[in-house]
Amino acid sequence: MKSLEELRKLREKAQKDIQARKTSNKAKVIIGMGTCGIAAGAREILKAVMAEINKRNLDVIVTQTGCIGMCEKEPLLDVQMPGKERITYGNLTKDDVSKIVVEHIVNGKVVEDLAVAKLED
Amino acid sequence: MEQSIYRSHILVCGGTGCVSSGCKQAQDALKEELAKHDLTSEIKIVETGCHGFCEKGPIMIMYPEGVFYCELTPEDMPELVEEHILKGRTVERLLYTEPNTKKNIPSYEEIDFYKKQQRLVLANCGHMDPESIEEYIANGGYEAIGKALTEMTPQEVIEEVKEAGLRGRGGGGFPTGLKWQFAAAAESDKKYVICNADEGDPGAFMDRSLLEGDPHRIIEGMMIGAYATGADEGYVYVRAEYPLAIERLQKALDDAREYGLLGENIFGTDFNFDLHIKAGAGAFVCGEETALMNSIEGKRGMPRPRPPFPAEKGLWGKPSNINNVESYANVPNIIRDGAKAYKAIGTEGSKGTKVFALTGKINNTGLAEVPMGITMKEIIYDIGGGISDGNKFKAVQIGGPSGGCLPEELLDLPVDYDSLTEVGAMMGSGGLVVMDDSTCMVDVARFFLNFTQSESCGKCTPCREGTKRMLEILNRITSGEGKDGDIEMLERLAENIKSTSLCGLGQTAPNPVLSTLKYFRHEYEAHIYDETCPAGACQDMLKGYVIDEDACIGCTACARVCPVDAIEGSVKEPHTIDLDKCISCGACVSKCKFDAISQA
Repeated sequence: MKSLEELRKLREKAQKDIQARKTSNKAKVIIGMGTCGIAAGAREILKAVMAEINKRNLDVIVTQTGCIGMCEKEPLLDVQMPGKERITYGNLTKDDVSKIVVEHIVNGKVVEDLAVAKLED
Repeated sequence: MEQSIYRSHILVCGGTGCVSSGCKQAQDALKEELAKHDLTSEIKIVETGCHGFCEKGPIMIMYPEGVFYCELTPEDMPELVEEHILKGRTVERLLYTEPNTKKNIPSYEEIDFYKKQQRLVLANCGHMDPESIEEYIANGGYEAIGKALTEMTPQEVIEEVKEAGLRGRGGGGFPTGLKWQFAAAAESDKKYVICNADEGDPGAFMDRSLLEGDPHRIIEGMMIGAYATGADEGYVYVRAEYPLAIERLQKALDDAREYGLLGENIFGTDFNFDLHIKAGAGAFVCGEETALMNSIEGKRGMPRPRPPFPAEKGLWGKPSNINNVESYANVPNIIRDGAKAYKAIGTEGSKGTKVFALTGKINNTGLAEVPMGITMKEIIYDIGGGISDGNKFKAVQIGGPSGGCLPEELLDLPVDYDSLTEVGAMMGSGGLVVMDDSTCMVDVARFFLNFTQSESCGKCTPCREGTKRMLEILNRITSGEGKDGDIEMLERLAENIKSTSLCGLGQTAPNPVLSTLKYFRHEYEAHIYDETCPAGACQDMLKGYVIDEDACIGCTACARVCPVDAIEGSVKEPHTIDLDKCISCGACVSKCKFDAISQA
């Protein structure tokens, strides 16, 4: 260890690895993974979300939930920005994921044509 | 390939407490289950140090949700993975149930055990992988030593520690900054810093948990101490009974060396420092600083008279600074956040927090870190969850063999160094043993004296012979052969041993006897003059049990558990106990639902 700066750089890098343990005030992606969701390809969506977050170095919580009742619109993915409404996106393909991540999570704009519901949380 | 982040971290407690309740097996089953569902690349398992809630092990915390699961078995894993990880549903039956409200609590921050705690020293314990130096750094680790080396002079570091009001957490409560000042003032070409991890108190395990759960914090604290006092070499003296602590500390030392945090020209300065582990054979007297240094030198662990103090003439005759594990663990916070933030917590004479090991007849056995000045009642009832099995509180033993027993009247006492000394106990290392009304206080005093007597190194007469005489008297009293004058003799011996022993072991050995005599004298008197043990605990004094005919409904429960077939009677008829056969084991009493059995 040669300097304090070197330590701080190392810390930033290391913090990325434990970001999943810090939960407050962070954007949240919730993926519907009931039997119906999994059958409709929710796993693929989840993997795509993880890949996208990784690529862009974002600090986002990714979690999952069971069937929320809109089975015909599976796979479903909810985005909740801190202090904002929870938006549900449906009928997703892997390619939609990057659009949602960039527009909604990075730029804070709801992707209207993919959104299927707004939930008061 | 770049390492990808995980969407979820499962923190599995790997402290010694949880290892003994089966966390390894649970973790293996979890791994297998994750592999079965092809989740290994998404979910990270992190083995942490002690969460403190040892009573409820094995423990896992699931992130990002922060859900706390406890008392897990390998058989629970398929359900846990399927429900929590795949479907995102909390598994209610594996949550912690609050003993008072019977409510299931998903988030550990909401559990009473954690709510009243203030975890500064234990902040990382249970929340990171102790074997990962990267995680320690991610949590702000080594920032304090970096700051000290690049922005502060050694004297400024000492002033900061003095200003913070840190007192030795090993028991005596000597001001740490002052101790450092003495070592810094000594002139020598070579100086040492030593960490005392010879935790020998029955019921204490905070040093072990810190070393297992956050070893880098101890290393960093020692580095700061070394810089302040001018030392370039250090020893951690840890007992060999703590293999996991030694293993994790060794890994931490290796990693720190690799990152250039130990060695030469640390942080580009001319500060050089390296650290070794000395595994001790585990003798209580080796917690005494001069005995400990003898042991590091390869000699018998025996104390020597002070002065000269270690700060002048310590290890191999060189100036040395010795602090306890928890004392060093407090140091990085003081330097990183400043003395002002540190001393905002605590009381006038005792600053910061203290880690207590809660054991005995208490619902939540475990490790709790609380601000100084909290009342004993809050520790026992709010954090500890009260007395187990709905029994009645009788006494709390604080400070280990060197401490004392406090009665119910003193439960509102704010806990700090000075208030405890005033009532005849001491902080000690912070072991808290809670006792209910089935505990005989004379027997407790005998237990602790038996411990110190057998741990006495034998070098000085008051300790070697005096504690033996005291123990003989206590043995007589608890076996029903106490006589008039015993109490006075105990008091006389105690005062003499306290004032004439060579080291802390002898000077404090009589404390459990003196404090029980102070608050529970009537129990001694009952043993000697009435020939009864009021708690019903001293086997030799019990004359057997009798059954109250009116209360007995003839359920036969007592007869079935009697190991010597001393109970007779037919179903639905009152039973009787043959006193000649009865061995006073008390098995029948604990089975009887009708309170029909009492001492003869």
